[in-house]
Amino acid sequence: MKLVSLVVTLLLGALLLMATADFPDWGDPQSPASLHVSDYYIENSMEQTSVPNFVTSILADYRGYDTMFETTVIFCAGLTVLTLLRRNHRRQKKVVMSRPKRENQDLILTSAARMIAPMMQIFALYVVAHGHHSPGGGFQGGVILGASFILLALAYDLRTILDRLKERRALIMCGIGVAIYAGIGAGCLLLGGNFLDYGVWGKVLGVSPVEARSHGMLGVEIGVAITVMYIMFSLYADLSSGGEMDEGL
Amino acid sequence: MTLDASLLWQFDFLIVLMVIICAVAALTFKDLITSAVVFGAYSFFMCLLWTEMLAVDVAFTEAAVGAGVSTVLFLGTALHIKRRAKD
Repeated sequence: MKLVSLVVTLLLGALLLMATADFPDWGDPQSPASLHVSDYYIENSMEQTSVPNFVTSILADYRGYDTMFETTVIFCAGLTVLTLLRRNHRRQKKVVMSRPKRENQDLILTSAARMIAPMMQIFALYVVAHGHHSPGGGFQGGVILGASFILLALAYDLRTILDRLKERRALIMCGIGVAIYAGIGAGCLLLGGNFLDYGVWGKVLGVSPVEARSHGMLGVEIGVAITVMYIMFSLYADLSSGGEMDEGL
Repeated sequence: MTLDASLLWQFDFLIVLMVIICAVAALTFKDLITSAVVFGAYSFFMCLLWTEMLAVDVAFTEAAVGAGVSTVLFLGTALHIKRRAKD
């Protein structure tokens, strides 16, 4: 059986490698993508959206609909893990085999985590806010924000962090993040534009439509960051404690 | 920006080699925790590769998600299931 699967895998790998030979070379200016698609964004992104980093403008504006549902996918993934793992002891009536509580947390670990976490959070906010001008954006910033809480949960224990970051509140915030994204999109409808056509927000914000696109992108990036941050922490909390929400790792 | 903005080809080669080594190693190790850590290393090398290909946004995501959070999630899961693979 192992031999068969090895042969199948090798054959498949060889086929895929043969297929990659037909791809255009990396960075080939004559490749179809570079001929028609990329040029448009490279040349027009700055005039149409006033966002220098056109990766961000493609993700959050030109392909904003995709990104909205990517955020929703993250949201659903978090909810799925929660549904599968979260256990409620009052209902199950089983004997709780709680692990011994950690009496003395490591001083070096906790002090280091306490100093690193604020730096991470400020850097994450910078990544979110500066996503228009440099690599980064809502997703990366949200992950770093979530990671800062995971770091604290690793250094202390999960329960200490859950006292400050309530599970219930985290889940509400996950939904709010997606709602901010969809809400900014739906607001465009109310203002007479198309869904996720941020330009019309200029009427409300008092700026030109081009400038409004930039602001709209910042808004949806913030929504993405909120959802991703809380989902990442919720995933960690569920997986590390096996759904018990006790001490964690 | 010219096509030759990339570094030495030897550097590329080294990164790709390390990506392959890490990928095979992550599959081969019987201990799940070792596997998870090696998989984190794989993500870091992928991150280097993306940076090398000037896809900095992708590299950033790979570093944050692949090497950072997913390694922690794998570790957290591995500690709760049987630690060693059977075969």
